[in-house]
Amino acid sequence: MWELIRENKRKSWIIFIGMGICLISLGYLIGAVWFSPDGGIGGIFFALCVWVVLSLVSYCSGDSILLFSSKAKEVSRDVCPQLFNVVEEMKIAASLEAMPKIYIIDEPALNAFATGRSPQKSAIAVTAGLLSRLNRDELQGVVAHEMSHIINRDVLYVTFAGIMLGSIVLLSEVFLRSMWYSSGRSSRRYRSSSQGGGQAQVIMMLAAIVLAVLAPILARLFYFSLSRRREYLADASAVRLDRYPQGLASALEKISNANFDLTSANKITAPMYIANPLKKRGLEKLNLFSTHPPIKERIKILRSMAQGVNYINYLEAFSRVKGKTSDIMPPSALEDSKDVPIRKPFVEQDKKQSIKEKTREIGDLMRAVNNYAFLICLCGLRIKVPPDFKKQAISCPRCARKLEIPLAKVETVTAASGAAIIQKSDKEKRFAQGAESGVYVRKGKGWESFSCSCGKVLQISPIFAARYTTCDRCGRKTEIKTD
Amino acid sequence: MIVIAVLLVLLVLVVFNLAGMYNSLIRLRNQVKNAWSQIDVQLKRRYDLIPNLIETAKGYMQHERETLENITKARSQAMGAQGIGEKSKAEGALGETLSKFFLVVENYPDLKANQNFLVLQEELTSTENKIAFARQAYNDQTLFFNNKIQMFPSNIVAQMFNFKEEEFFVIEEKKEREAPKVNFS
Repeated sequence: MWELIRENKRKSWIIFIGMGICLISLGYLIGAVWFSPDGGIGGIFFALCVWVVLSLVSYCSGDSILLFSSKAKEVSRDVCPQLFNVVEEMKIAASLEAMPKIYIIDEPALNAFATGRSPQKSAIAVTAGLLSRLNRDELQGVVAHEMSHIINRDVLYVTFAGIMLGSIVLLSEVFLRSMWYSSGRSSRRYRSSSQGGGQAQVIMMLAAIVLAVLAPILARLFYFSLSRRREYLADASAVRLDRYPQGLASALEKISNANFDLTSANKITAPMYIANPLKKRGLEKLNLFSTHPPIKERIKILRSMAQGVNYINYLEAFSRVKGKTSDIMPPSALEDSKDVPIRKPFVEQDKKQSIKEKTREIGDLMRAVNNYAFLICLCGLRIKVPPDFKKQAISCPRCARKLEIPLAKVETVTAASGAAIIQKSDKEKRFAQGAESGVYVRKGKGWESFSCSCGKVLQISPIFAARYTTCDRCGRKTEIKTD
Repeated sequence: MIVIAVLLVLLVLVVFNLAGMYNSLIRLRNQVKNAWSQIDVQLKRRYDLIPNLIETAKGYMQHERETLENITKARSQAMGAQGIGEKSKAEGALGETLSKFFLVVENYPDLKANQNFLVLQEELTSTENKIAFARQAYNDQTLFFNNKIQMFPSNIVAQMFNFKEEEFFVIEEKKEREAPKVNFS
């Protein structure tokens, strides 16, 4: 595994340098055409500036931009314990030092991605659709795949290669457009220069146009072919971590059968996802511009792994399915692999939830993350109130009872005990400063809401088991009682 | 003069190489230790969860006192076990009593509907899985470390500084071998 990471880093550098050369020569030629023959240096400088700015931005805040643009919401353990546990299990299997942050994207599409510039600072995002359709084993497979992207340092590579590609495309686009609009003016400039200089200029210009047209295409081919290899590699490592190829295989099957496109993805961010978020129905054939290997082949490879789950087993299955030996990982990475048996599935046999029920559960979860309030009417209907609902009360659509968001009852702590608490630790001091704590009595077993005495609406998840909840605005504690 | 210089350079190179090997051995040993502590954390978590589980189940399972007592007994045995070999045996036994318990739970629908129990169940499943994955990671690291100790040339350094091979964490029971799964539901 460590050998693999080293090899991966080396390859990333090669790509990095290759694309860098492409960028620099493009910059040189454009500079040479725009400002006299010796403006090439200026062109290089300009190209590097564009690239440095873009990479700095992406390095410092690439993950938050990506998470923001995909409208991902961070979730805590309380909200979705199973997803949290699954990620933690894979974190342990991968011996990662830090726990990745977990995000949920509120979309019906089935997909997931990993981001973060280093294994210490990483994040995994899954869509709500994925959570509602996959069982625990399948979810584990998907999380293992994303975890492999993190430990193989694919995230950084994809980000940087993407930025490099982006700046190449940007430069050539700007250049070609400017050629289009200012052809008249520049030709007058060439005529005024000397005969020999003019000829060199024309040659330069032709070369620049050719490069400006070809460079983005070449860079794209480069980017996508590597992205395809990395997907296979991530599958291989995922199986090694998770030790259960069938889980990932059936997850991929479900993903390929669902026909939702992810609205928040684009061609550059597509390689980050577990399956191509932009596939058009029926267009599953492999071509040079696809970001992901055909999902059917990935499933076939995983399904035919019956002996064990180490890298050698994956490569054998790969060559059985594809009919050729693979070059997705170096032979040195295979040296110290030993046989690893496949584990048994741990599917919950009894928990046969219908898709409808599970979708509803995930829907509630997303509403809780988005600060909806949950009210339970006396007639048994559960009402979900959006956070921008301004009125004090709402009437039940079934029985027309007036409902208010319940206010936590305030109990003032007596002065004596308050003084006693202040003597104690800092944490309790903060509690004592509020000098009062609320009490809320639960009505049912699902999501519920009440407002803290500061006015903030708090949600309690179905699995809430602690005695207190703390308001994140005023820090006041409220006791939760069950009947 | 030149010969001496060449010899000196060679000596320096050899010393640097040995130092590098020594450092990598230390790093590997620390990784093995770290992997072990991961297992340890999860085992402790399991010890902590079990009393809660029994407390929750007690009210519903009046007729299964023996099963519950067995879990408690296996837990205290596992907690007292010393050394990796003994520990893996005791943990295997504890895992078995737990999976027996969850088979019995099938007969108690009231218990299965208890919210508290469901939370504990998810936690315990996850802890079992974590133990399994941590064990895999530990064994991987140990294999890598042991290989380094046995293979030339790092075995020379290993012998000089008395590095010892680490023990694998293997669970004996046949059932446990594939996957230490707890069959909840």
